[in-house]
Amino acid sequence: MSKKIIEIRKNSYSDSVTLMSLSADIKKTEGIIEAVISIATAMNKELLEKVGLSNDAVKECSENDLVIAFECEDVVERTDIVTLIDEKLKGSDEEQSEQQVSYKTIKNAKQNNKDANMTVISVPGEYAAREAMIALKLGMNVMLFSDNVTIEDERRLKEYAHENELMVMGPDCGTAYINETALCFANKIKNGTIGIVGASGTGMQEIMVLIYKYGAGISNAIGVGGRDLTEHIGGIMLIDGLRMLQADTRTKTIVIVSKVPVESVHKHIMKVIEDEISKPVVICYTTDKIMENQKNAVFAVSLKDAAEKAVAIDNDMGIAIQEEVYKSKKTVSSKYIRGLYCGGTLCSEAYYYVRNRFENVHSNVSRYSEEQLEDVFTSQGHTLLDLGDDIFTNGRPHPMIDPIVRLDRILEESRKKETGVILLDFELGYGSHDDPVGATIDTIREAISQAASINNDIKFVAYVCGTDADYQNKKEQEKYLREAGCIVAKSNIDAVKEACRLI
Amino acid sequence: MNNLLKEELNVINVGLKRFAADIRSQERKVTSVDWKPVAGGRKDVIEALDKVELIRDKIDAANREVIARIKASKPMLVDIDLAINCIPKMKFNTILHAGPPIEWKNMCGPMRGAIIGAVLFENLAKDEKEVVKLIESGKIEFAPCHEFGAVGPMAGVLSPSMPVHIVKDVTNNTYAYCSVNEGIGKVLRFGAYSEEVLDRLRYFQVEFMPVLKKALALTEGIDIKVITAQALQMGDECHNRNKAATSLLYRQLSLLILKAEKDKEKAMRALSIIAGNDHYFLNISMPACRIMLAAGQNVKYSTILTVMARNGVEFGIKVSGMGSDSWFDYDSNYIQGLYFPGYSEEDANRDIGDSAITETMGIGGFAMGGAPAIVQFVGGTTDDAIATSKRMYSICTDVNPSYAIPALNFKGCPMGIDMIKVIESGTLPVINTGIAHKKAGIGQIGAGIVNPPIECFYKALLSYVDKYNI
Repeated sequence: MSKKIIEIRKNSYSDSVTLMSLSADIKKTEGIIEAVISIATAMNKELLEKVGLSNDAVKECSENDLVIAFECEDVVERTDIVTLIDEKLKGSDEEQSEQQVSYKTIKNAKQNNKDANMTVISVPGEYAAREAMIALKLGMNVMLFSDNVTIEDERRLKEYAHENELMVMGPDCGTAYINETALCFANKIKNGTIGIVGASGTGMQEIMVLIYKYGAGISNAIGVGGRDLTEHIGGIMLIDGLRMLQADTRTKTIVIVSKVPVESVHKHIMKVIEDEISKPVVICYTTDKIMENQKNAVFAVSLKDAAEKAVAIDNDMGIAIQEEVYKSKKTVSSKYIRGLYCGGTLCSEAYYYVRNRFENVHSNVSRYSEEQLEDVFTSQGHTLLDLGDDIFTNGRPHPMIDPIVRLDRILEESRKKETGVILLDFELGYGSHDDPVGATIDTIREAISQAASINNDIKFVAYVCGTDADYQNKKEQEKYLREAGCIVAKSNIDAVKEACRLI
Repeated sequence: MNNLLKEELNVINVGLKRFAADIRSQERKVTSVDWKPVAGGRKDVIEALDKVELIRDKIDAANREVIARIKASKPMLVDIDLAINCIPKMKFNTILHAGPPIEWKNMCGPMRGAIIGAVLFENLAKDEKEVVKLIESGKIEFAPCHEFGAVGPMAGVLSPSMPVHIVKDVTNNTYAYCSVNEGIGKVLRFGAYSEEVLDRLRYFQVEFMPVLKKALALTEGIDIKVITAQALQMGDECHNRNKAATSLLYRQLSLLILKAEKDKEKAMRALSIIAGNDHYFLNISMPACRIMLAAGQNVKYSTILTVMARNGVEFGIKVSGMGSDSWFDYDSNYIQGLYFPGYSEEDANRDIGDSAITETMGIGGFAMGGAPAIVQFVGGTTDDAIATSKRMYSICTDVNPSYAIPALNFKGCPMGIDMIKVIESGTLPVINTGIAHKKAGIGQIGAGIVNPPIECFYKALLSYVDKYNI
């Protein structure tokens, strides 16, 4: 059963909009069937009549009188509702929320922040080039984190940037450290005098992290995106980056890191170094090709080697002797290394090292078609897998943001008798997962016991790419890994070497 | 040489919020863009947006010209007369309506009701049945108010014998027209055509108009820009709140009417019409906005809107550079709002009326931040209303120094809606408006907030690119 309550407040004018929203609020209260709180204008009186909430007293009301009328279920206490209405009529001083004007376009944001000099873009690839061009035309540098930008668009953007003395870092650029500011995926490091320009995200991270470990610091690290050194782009931004580091007063030593470029681009870069760069340059191509040093440019054989050389030069200690890593004869093994990588360049470094030790090595980062995997979801021989590849991330976060993508694959490899070593990397720092080891550790334990149940004594070799200053707490992360029975290496290349030794 | 390495980094972040937070944690300045795919990802529209940038200088110059013309315009209420006597091209069988062109068979309930009322009022038929027969025989000519220099709230129906306020732009010697506001309840503009409604119209025609005409004849005209400016500082936004403006108008008209009309009863009745209707000024605010915007029409290359209007089925816009004859229309939206007791969304008609001309001018919903009394339309607090107003600057070309809002530190209202900015940002103009019942004659059932459909803007932009061959 329901009851109707009608109260009149003489001379209690209230604004009609306030009352409408109040009526709507009260109507939403449990047990309320209809509620009309209104000033008794002729029109409102008619409305009250229509919904059956009028009486003679209401009809007598004037336009200064407030009518509180509601129909509710019998269980509802009249006074509760009336008190609620009275409170609401008094108005509240809450909800003085701070309304920030949000910007919908880069143009608009720039208008309101005229000193902006860098736009970081991480929107879906098909829209990214357009946004990047808008930022460039507004005179800003661009860090283009997005991937899936066409090579034509990349060229167009970079040519425009070059002509207008701007940088396009990317597409698919994950790491930069510009003027004491880390962008996207980067670690907390010390400022110093080593400048890096690189076409490789985790490669730059690894070098920066190791430089930090050796006690030196970074002036700037300019990412240019993985395709910058291809024939089509011709290293436009890498070369501009080199010139910027040459002009940068804080930079003493320069490091270049990239996949091995095509010959023409390589030659062009070497020419620029010879003609325009007076600072010493360390070059690290993740490859198994032996490169020839030239005056003021030395090649490193690994990311770690690059970091060591850079620090040595930076400390005026001269260059350490090049490690001869690619000389050993290839051997055959019955147990295999399974590298499951979040970092693309780290995977690449591992792959080129392993393929010089063993036969039957496969990777989705290989530039040799015969060493590509037939099916990336099934390992073949020694397999080094970049799980950041589009085929794995489609619709899911990149494994550096969330290593969960890797968990199933760890379990799958541990069920196979042929698996000897599982190699894992964990990235710390800005942009990365809050606790990458924590997200993986249970799976590692499960994998070890699973392998044990089929009498396979598999080994886990892990590397945590990060610094003591990173917020994820590197020491703790490493401790968890050791507690779970993993071997923890001090660099990516050390982890790979350890894996090879264990086979 | 790029100076990036010498400058402190100051970042605009577009996309993943995490990146902005990380940069902020390093105590660097970050401005975040709340990014969505431009134009919902429509390739043709995105392409058109890129094309118009090729003539950016021409567009900017044209838009500056439009703004200058609108600012120079000076609307004055100069007269009141029967539509047939003052509106050029108006014939005995012309009936004007709100919004873009529409045929009788497609019209919504309230507009049909208003038209039936108007035909009865004109004595062109005896009853509803005859009216419909007359209309279906094609003897009545319909046209949008806007194509006759007029504007009308809600159904916006205007017939030859109705009196209209005449607002003159004294800078350009042009005119705009609008009927007399009937008040609330059962009124023609919501499609009511009972005897009571027709009687009020007859009173306006026979008695009210002559009184006001005599009164206005005593002046050079009443400056509407001045009243609007003052009212905006008194909590009106001159679309849904006209209390202050009506009072200010009353202050001027009362003495004039008393001076001009010797018959005290007639004077009293005329004054009580104005005094008793909070929205009297709306029907003067609207033609004033119309005439100012008309000054900016037909400027080659301009991308500024000069009209937004709805016929209850479709929403139409006009763009300066596209000429005054081109409408770009699309299904008009339903209004988000508060309903009077006993009514709900199901009863609502689509957005209707020419009153969005006020928002086109940068007041109404755009000036919501200055009208705290009605901010609940936007969903609650004064802060929301101020945020709404602030958001509107991002789709406009300039700021109107004549219309300053105290709550925005006396910043002028936004002016000159730029269709390109609307599409680029996906930020739609905010219109605050009454909700009409979808059945004729029931009247207003609520009020709230509505946006134009974005498709109008897409259509306009695509035609623009075609027209200027870019």
